[in-house]
Amino acid sequence: MNGLINRAIECFARDSYGDPLWQEVTTALGIGERAFEPLMPCDPGVTARLVDGLATRLARAKADLLEDLGTYLVAQPRSEAVRRLLRFGGVDFAEFLESLEDLPDRARLAMAELDLPAIALHMQGAGVFRVEIAGADDAGLRFGPVLLGMLRAMADDYGALVLLEYRGRDAGREIIEVHLLDAAFADGRAFALAGGRAAP
Amino acid sequence: MTGGAPLTRAQAVMLDRFCPMHVVIGPTGHVIGCGPTLARIVAPRAVAGARFLELFELTRPRAVQDMATLRALDGARLRLRLRARPRYALKGQLSVLPPGDGDGGMMDGGAMVVDLAFGMSVVEAVRDFGLSGGDFAVTDLATEMLYLLEAKTVAMEESRRLNRRLEDARHAAQEQAMTDTLTGLRNRRAFDALLARAVQAGDRFALLHLDLDFFKQVNDTHGHAAGDLVLRAAARRMLSVVRAHDVIARVGGDEFAVLLPGIDSAGTVSRVARRLIAALEEPVTDGAQCFRISASIGATLSRDRPGRTPAAILEGADRALYAAKAAGRGRHRLDAGQAAGPAARDAPGPAGTAEPGAAAQARAAVPHGPVATEAEGARVAQGVAMRSR
Repeated sequence: MNGLINRAIECFARDSYGDPLWQEVTTALGIGERAFEPLMPCDPGVTARLVDGLATRLARAKADLLEDLGTYLVAQPRSEAVRRLLRFGGVDFAEFLESLEDLPDRARLAMAELDLPAIALHMQGAGVFRVEIAGADDAGLRFGPVLLGMLRAMADDYGALVLLEYRGRDAGREIIEVHLLDAAFADGRAFALAGGRAAP
Repeated sequence: MTGGAPLTRAQAVMLDRFCPMHVVIGPTGHVIGCGPTLARIVAPRAVAGARFLELFELTRPRAVQDMATLRALDGARLRLRLRARPRYALKGQLSVLPPGDGDGGMMDGGAMVVDLAFGMSVVEAVRDFGLSGGDFAVTDLATEMLYLLEAKTVAMEESRRLNRRLEDARHAAQEQAMTDTLTGLRNRRAFDALLARAVQAGDRFALLHLDLDFFKQVNDTHGHAAGDLVLRAAARRMLSVVRAHDVIARVGGDEFAVLLPGIDSAGTVSRVARRLIAALEEPVTDGAQCFRISASIGATLSRDRPGRTPAAILEGADRALYAAKAAGRGRHRLDAGQAAGPAARDAPGPAGTAEPGAAAQARAAVPHGPVATEAEGARVAQGVAMRSR
């Protein structure tokens, strides 16, 4: 696990619930600054404790919290890099969905230590997709709810009208069902291929 | 694609799709068709109808001025650029179509197709022409390259931030390791390093060893809080009477070392010592009580006996301090053959009367020091040691 994930949770929690709550949670858990250094390795147990601690403090289900985190990562200007890197996946939402299977590889290309679970995409029928995410990691963290939140925000980003449903999980996988109702429902947000900070 | 071309309609559609930056050159050397992305880039000028070599300049191989030479490059790798937009380096490959293919085969050879791509200029080109994923062939890795570049940039930026944080932390740790926490002055370690550097560089400097007088009484009578207050005040006051680049370090409980770079005159050292003592003798108050201290100073000049080690220099200052202490409180001495200044302006005070014995003590303790080489302790006491005021 990488400090980057913890950092993402930190930004999300601070922006959504304020600095005092964040301080309170991390102090209670005894998690120091070192855990939030984006390029440094970090014990996966820390991330799991962080999510547990936040969910308990906010009296919210972990899955809800993680879904909000996913949405936050895409929709917040502060993490614009995430949105942009995801948008490279396809010119429209359908193509983006098809690029999901490449997501772990793409993430690794961006940052070698970033280890996302395998994702498989199955066509169920016209405009219906089933996204299967490999099971939770050793620390019991699940990526499915985060991806659900990200998909919701990415659909907005592309201007697509979708229906998303978390269909549950078993030991080996989590399942999200996507109904793509209208790929060009709204204008979506602009995306210029060379519009990021990489452009000279 | 224009009609009557050397390509069938199906071929033209396929080329547009697979090679959106291709150019079809007719037998006469005129462009008779081009892919949609290239058309966007060349726009608003029309591509079709222009002579290929007027539209593009071959940069490698060079000296291609006519169609016969160009045709000879069948299959070769080309580097070229648009004459109207020379900024973007293009690479490409040319393929000569067999004569008689389609219905345009005539004269000395058939048509040619050149497929083009942006090389390393792809980032600027994508930005400047507002290209999107759809403007590239599905198999083209331009989008992946842009993705990687952007991911790398984000990671590098994060790495730079991390480096800055680490550098700041290292700097802070170093500062802390060099600083006396109570007074904020340099500590012994820092002072030793500075002294070693000054000695190694062969700089001229004066070194003062300063010991607070009556500090122990303050500490013992009024407690550590009062002692700390006095020490902090002492540090502030000393700093206020020296130059910005002079260094004051706390090297013991109530001992300080002062390095005065560039100072090589006994008179200046004497003035600085008097200023320091005067500043320290100003009463310190915590609002309720008043504390009074003074200081004794022993000084040495690097130029007096060149080639000394830092330890020997410290020893010299120490010896002079000892002599100053022995001469009474609130005095300074220079550890050198010559006097630190003119004769004392005041008559030997009560402290001065104790001089013979004190000088004898100093002599006994440090047999080699110039301070102690004089047998006439009284002369030393009156001529070298001076009241600070």
